[in-house]
Amino acid sequence: MRSIWRTLDAVLLRDVAAVALGAAVTGASFGAISVSSGLPWWVPVLMSVAIFAGGSQFMAVGIVAAGGSPAAAVLAGLVLNARHLPFGLAIGDVLGKSPLARVVGSHLLIDESTAFAMAQKDPARARAAYWACGVALFISWNTGVLVGALAGQAIGDPMTFGLDAAFPAALLALTLPALKDAATRNAALVGAVIALATTPFLPAGVPVLLALAGLFVFRTKKEEPCPSPRS
Amino acid sequence: MPVTAILILAAGTFAIRFAGPLLRDRVTLPDRVRELLSASATVLLFALVAISALTSGKQFGGFALAIGVVVGGLAAWRKLPFVAVIVLAALTTAGLRFAGIA
Repeated sequence: MRSIWRTLDAVLLRDVAAVALGAAVTGASFGAISVSSGLPWWVPVLMSVAIFAGGSQFMAVGIVAAGGSPAAAVLAGLVLNARHLPFGLAIGDVLGKSPLARVVGSHLLIDESTAFAMAQKDPARARAAYWACGVALFISWNTGVLVGALAGQAIGDPMTFGLDAAFPAALLALTLPALKDAATRNAALVGAVIALATTPFLPAGVPVLLALAGLFVFRTKKEEPCPSPRS
Repeated sequence: MPVTAILILAAGTFAIRFAGPLLRDRVTLPDRVRELLSASATVLLFALVAISALTSGKQFGGFALAIGVVVGGLAAWRKLPFVAVIVLAALTTAGLRFAGIA
């Protein structure tokens, strides 16, 4: 663990802190929305600690609040979270070797920690960035949810602050280095078009998975020594 | 939201997350597959960017959101600090909404 903190520099920590701050505010809105939909304060808190996947939490609460069954909420949440399987396959190495690191690290596998790890050039930095982002967001997200659940309606709508733009902008900034590779970029562009085109017709989460079809145009030249941005 | 439903969603999500690193451990992957997996993570993240920038539910998410993310993307492309990227994106979207542009 000590080597992880040595590898972290001030810039990386500042970047992680910025994302964590955004997550705290979004978490607060999740807590407030849940409580205002009639749930007791500890339900959003339990969800955030145990599930720790914001999108699926918002969706589950929304489905139940709209009169849907809990089973439908669970199913929709699992479909939305299915993307974490390919994430884990891609960056599973950065978690560490010990069983404890595997278990705790898997729980911290989120969009942001994956993107932070992918954006680093060497494995040591990728590992440090992954853990720093995962731990920071676990703390800030859950603190935000607790505050929001207790404060309830006093929390404003995060959309007023433009926070819904902060999440995609942060992910985009972290993905840009990998997109410099032409083969990856082409696959990503085709994938994004597929995801956008199918969004109006399919349940949330499925379009993102369909984006993987973009990989059919992923071609790397054999003689290229390191076509992928991480290697 | 019954506690049982929360715990099932939590357990299922953890299983999905744990499966990736576990499977990766069991088999030695050829370089070509590793490249493909690395690219697939980028493809998924970029699709997530596109969907959260341009849609809200099943509809278009509005110009304020889309323009804010584009401004953030341009800032990142111009190599501005990461914090500036996030703040510019949020401020642009918030400002446009304040000006009455959805």
